Formats: sequence, structure tokens, C-alpha cells
Amino acid sequence: MKISYYPGCTLKLKAKNLELAALASLQALGIDVEEMDRWNCCGAVYSLTDDDLIHHIGPVRNLVRAKERGADKLVTLCSMCYNTLARANQLMKTDTVKRDTINRFMDDEIDYFGEVEVIHYLTLLEEQVGWDKIKEKVTAPLTDLKVAPYYGCTLQRPQDVGIEPMGSFRLMTGLLEAIGATVVPFNSADKCCGSYQVINAPAGDNDAAANVINAAASAGIEALATSCPLCEYNLGKQQDQFMAKGKITANVPTFYFTQLLAMALGVNPEVCHFELNDMKAVQLLEAKKFQVAA
Amino acid sequence: MTLPINAQNVSIVSIEKINKLSGENVKLCMQCGTCTAACPMAEEMDFFPRKVMHLSQFGMLSLMNDINTYWKCASCHSCSVRCPRGIDIAKVMEALRQLVLRTSKNYIEPSQMPAEQISELPQIAMVAGFRKLTS
Ligand code: SF4
Ligand code: SF4
Repeated sequence: MKISYYPGCTLKLKAKNLELAALASLQALGIDVEEMDRWNCCGAVYSLTDDDLIHHIGPVRNLVRAKERGADKLVTLCSMCYNTLARANQLMKTDTVKRDTINRFMDDEIDYFGEVEVIHYLTLLEEQVGWDKIKEKVTAPLTDLKVAPYYGCTLQRPQDVGIEPMGSFRLMTGLLEAIGATVVPFNSADKCCGSYQVINAPAGDNDAAANVINAAASAGIEALATSCPLCEYNLGKQQDQFMAKGKITANVPTFYFTQLLAMALGVNPEVCHFELNDMKAVQLLEAKKFQVAA
Repeated sequence: MTLPINAQNVSIVSIEKINKLSGENVKLCMQCGTCTAACPMAEEMDFFPRKVMHLSQFGMLSLMNDINTYWKCASCHSCSVRCPRGIDIAKVMEALRQLVLRTSKNYIEPSQMPAEQISELPQIAMVAGFRKLTS
């Protein structure tokens, strides 16, 4: 089976820590994925107006590229890319009229009928390795780290593309437990972080994100694990401003789940690029005596 | 606040426009308020999602011109997955945004964003935000 990997824009720039830790972990686990040699921005959000087909061209073109290369599956990491690609794929699979228009519009490309399966990295891990095998490969378990999976919106909604049903956080919980962390559930794991509204609000004004931090802190959670660069920014990088505005009273550092995985697998910590996280994240790891520098 | 329902602000054409753009049928809404309860942005909205659904049922676009509800919507689909009538409210919000954006009006001006903010934001924040808030 051939698995193509779609990185997306943010992972090549602001969220290198998400990508590099993920790829190093796959290597440590012996999984082969091939990064697409040509890809374009997925558009970050799936177009929701019924007559707007032009904005589906971006994600569909990536799916066409994957089909051309003979991929059975297309794996992504960024939650927003996952959502946009999976929804566009769903459209091409089920809406024959729109599919026809899109295929005819892209007459320079091969026709696409939704053949490639879009999956998230977490699904890939469960399908290709499994939590038991991951557990065996852990060399530096995250003992005593109280962490909660934070899914946000786009991993689970809408339900027909969700990586698992609403209210279930089985995949990331399974992974975090396998790497030795203590998983603490909380009631805001699928609450929105405010998403793109951050471009329209002064720093630290995002109540949706502050509410999530407060819920995590009161559940006794020390760290949040996410797979979305926008969640990571809204939750992880705004905490000083939230604190200054009195919106939160305790910090809850945010990590990409791939950084935690790579750490537990004993990957060189430099690959995790913790310097791209908020300083509080690094301080927490140091306080727990985890290795954050080579 | 009392909002009058009269011949000036009720518009069947507008109801049709909202339904056509969203692909939904706003008449199905039974005004239960589940969407408002599920909405993470509700506190910041001028009118709650339930009320916007009500105004949409009458096509009262003129009363929704100056409210921030659909601009504050984060397209999180928290309402859509819970609506007991199966309405994808996120799509109705998008339709309301598009009705304005398609008159070449921007809700935010990218050129006015502080350079410092632009250099800090992850790329997806800007791609997504510009797609939702600019024409
Ligand atoms: S949840 Fe659905 S039915 Fe209830 S008020 Fe909102 S749109 Fe109407
Ligand atoms: S999609 Fe928009 S209206 Fe619905 S819950 Fe999310 S922010 Fe509120």
C-alpha cells in the first residue's frame, strides 16, 4: 500500500515542530510515507456556500496529485488541512454533479472520483503500528506528565469526516497512554479555540481560548496535546496576554502530540524544535527532567 | 429589543437567497436555541445564532446588516452537529457573510493588520481568516 504525505503550508514554516517530530517518529517506528513532490495550499477552510466550487479546486488538485502517484492513502497532520482535504474528497466521492463540473473545469488533470483515502496521522499510527507496538518502542516514557488530548473543531466535525465520533478522544488518548503519559480527560477537548478569529482580535482578547485553558487548569492538566497549528497558537502562544488581562490564572503549556511522541521514542530532541513552542512548554519539560536539548 | 416584522423588512427573495447559498432550509428551525448554547463565540455576538436563524426565516437581511454575529462565527460546526432539526448553521452563517462579501466589501482590511501580528500568526490563520472575512 502506498501512502502519500501532504504537509501543508504552516508545517513548512511556523509549525516545523509539528512536522519534523512527526516524520522522525515515523522513521523510528519504521513506517514509510512519501511526501508529495508537488502540492499546493488546501485553502485551510472548506468552502461552505453551495455555489462556490472554485475554492474546492485547491484541495481537489492535491487529491489528483496523490492519485497520479498511485497513492492509496493521503496522510496529513494539520487538523485544518485534514478537514479541508477530507471534506473535498467526500464531495468528489458523493456529489456526482459537482464532481463532474470540477473534473471538467480541471480538464488538464486526470478525472478524480474520490479514490484516495484521506487519513490523519493518528489514524495512520493506529492502523499501521498500534499502541502496543508503540509502547514497546518507548525509551523515555512521559511518566507523571498529566496531559489532555485537545482535538478542537476540525478533527471531529462535521461527523462524516471526523477521525472518530464526537465526544470520543480514543486515538490521541491511546497514543498518549502508550507513551507513558497520564491522560486526564476534560470537558473542553472539542471546544473551539477561536480559530481564525484571532486575525480580527487584539492579542489576548480570545475568550474561547482562555476558557479552554481555564477548564484544563481546573482539571489539573499540566499540558495540552494538539495537532493543529492554529490551536497551538491560540492556546499556547497567547497565555502571557491572557494572564495580563486576567482571563486565566494558571498556565497550561501546549505541545504538538508529535513532539511528545518523538520525545518518548528517544528521537534527538533538537528535531522537536521546542524553541518554537512557548517558553512555558520548555520550562515544564525541564521541570519534569525530560530531555529538551541534545 | 423588539424587532418589528413588517412588509419593509420581510423578504421572500432574501429567504431564497440564504437557502440557495447555504444549501439549507432555514424554515426547518424550531427556535430551540441549541445552536446558541453550543456556540463558543456567542458571548461576543450582537445577536445569538438562534436569533439570526429566526431573522433568516423571515429573510430580514436589513436587520442583520450591521450585526457582528456571522463575522464572529468561527465556523467551528459545534452548532451544526447538535441542531435537532439537522440544519448546518455554519453554512447559514457563511451564506450571510458571502451576501456581504460578494458586494466587494471586506470585513477586515489586511493592509491594516500590524506587521508584528502578521509575522507571528501561523499561515493557516491568515489563509482561513482572509477567506472568511475578506471579499
Ligand atoms: S439548534 Fe437548530 S432548530 Fe434549534 S434554534 Fe438552532 S438552528 Fe433552530
Ligand atoms: S459554527 Fe459559528 S455559529 Fe456555529 S457554534 Fe461555531 S462559531 Fe457559533
